[in-house]
Amino acid sequence: MPGILVLADHEAGVFKSTALELVGKAKELGGPVAALAIGTTSGEGLPADMVLTVDGPDFATFNTDPWLAALAAAVAKVQPDVILTTANMIAKDVVPRLAARLGVGMASDVVELKLDGGTVVGRRPVYAGKALFDVTVKSSPAIFTCRPNSFVPVAAGAPGGVEALAVAVGEAKTTVVETLQPASAVVDLTEASLIVSGGRAVKSAEGFDQLIRPLAAAIGASPGASRAAVDAGFCPHSEQVGQTGKVVNPSLYIACGISGAIQHLAGMRTSKVIVAINKDPDAPIFQFATYGIVGDIFTVCPMLTEALK
Amino acid sequence: MKIGVLLKQVPATDTRIKINAGGTGIETGGVKLEINPYDEHALEAALQLKDKKIAKQVVIISIGGKGNDQRIRDGLARGADTGVWINDPALEGADSLTVAKVLAAAAKDAGVELLLAGKQAVDDDNAQVPAMVAELLGWPQALVISELSVDGGTFQATRDIGGGLRQVVKGALPAVLSADKALNSPRYASLPGIMKARRKPIAKKTAGALGVEVGEALVTDANWTLPPERPAGRVLEGEPAAVVAELVNLLRTEAKVL
Repeated sequence: MPGILVLADHEAGVFKSTALELVGKAKELGGPVAALAIGTTSGEGLPADMVLTVDGPDFATFNTDPWLAALAAAVAKVQPDVILTTANMIAKDVVPRLAARLGVGMASDVVELKLDGGTVVGRRPVYAGKALFDVTVKSSPAIFTCRPNSFVPVAAGAPGGVEALAVAVGEAKTTVVETLQPASAVVDLTEASLIVSGGRAVKSAEGFDQLIRPLAAAIGASPGASRAAVDAGFCPHSEQVGQTGKVVNPSLYIACGISGAIQHLAGMRTSKVIVAINKDPDAPIFQFATYGIVGDIFTVCPMLTEALK
Repeated sequence: MKIGVLLKQVPATDTRIKINAGGTGIETGGVKLEINPYDEHALEAALQLKDKKIAKQVVIISIGGKGNDQRIRDGLARGADTGVWINDPALEGADSLTVAKVLAAAAKDAGVELLLAGKQAVDDDNAQVPAMVAELLGWPQALVISELSVDGGTFQATRDIGGGLRQVVKGALPAVLSADKALNSPRYASLPGIMKARRKPIAKKTAGALGVEVGEALVTDANWTLPPERPAGRVLEGEPAAVVAELVNLLRTEAKVL
């Protein structure tokens, strides 16, 4: 039974479903399960055996060194065999640095984790999901970052205990000048469970704003785009889905006017349900779509938006 | 100032990936190789700093086997000054930490004061090496950046921290920075650039020559497969109003995703 440390994400003190996913998976793999929560939280709601909280002015806003110090302190205290984090931007910043500091191995973006003869084995996509392999980390601790929406979240519940962890942060190597807020409050594409994407066929930035964003807003989805739409300047690169954009894993992906280039398909093919709306009945996207509509997005999208409001 | 650019050769993004007979990796025969797309943005950022006379020299540091010298030569043709090619069979199948140790040693050896990399390589998609190199060197980092300015001995960069949030951070050089696509638009090699690149030096190194002992990999892979085929879907037929109504009904009652 490997001892597991989970980095538990929360927003304003409320644990995110990604944290509940990791605790659920950690309990399934073994235990005891300790969770580290950075920033102000009571630790309540996360059913780990122990929740370690780290708080203070150094943790008011993300920065590499304080987060790294908190993780290193939690590792020193818990001495875990396995460390699990969500594969989000913050983990991508800090966790490889932690691995280098500890001199251990890590596997990024796993979508499955199982026990094989006492060893935790992950499965992860490579080439943006065009291939998958089993990954083993032969060090203790073994570190895995886990793609959101990969595991069943455990129900929120009381922790076995909550303890404040003292962390000596020292001087940070970088100073945060400013945190820039997004233009609109939408769920990050990599964590979104609903996504509406537009391709070159939206024709312009106005087309993207008139067809894609309202449809996304109607169901509380995050807007996404193909590389063609981004390169044409219809929307920012942060909204690009695909091999050189975000790899996404939602329960519903609605592709509007996207033909389905191999690089785009790689980035969204694990979506549970795919809807394709395209004028061209031979578009490759239809081979991946759960439901397809052959039609003009300028006709179909506004009707769909109305029907879903 | 001398800038190091970490560059990796990867299969072109339009490659149709096939798994080899043993399930130990991809079929490499006939696969077209190119510079990792994000590394092109790292190189462009370095070249822009050279254009502005903030940097004097740009050195490409790259680990790779056959064909890798052509990728370095491509970078030299775009304007980098020299290359370091670490071609060492011992590094085949090496884990990210070992790769980072070799690159950190090469960066020190080359005397760089700023190291630029792509945010991730689009083959193994690990996104580990830049942060590991920064930790090994004890340098500050700013990863997945979309804006950069360098002035005297400091940098200021805008990084993506997820959830739509971006952060402006600053720090002192030397530092490791990793580039997102939004950072710039990479230039192409010019014909004179290509001619000049032929005479630019590429130093050949091995892990051992850089003082890094390559042990057993800490991270190993097995059982490569293609992703499972998606079950055949269906195209809804009829007038737009009718198919839209049918789709909404299917999403709510059959797929239960709304």
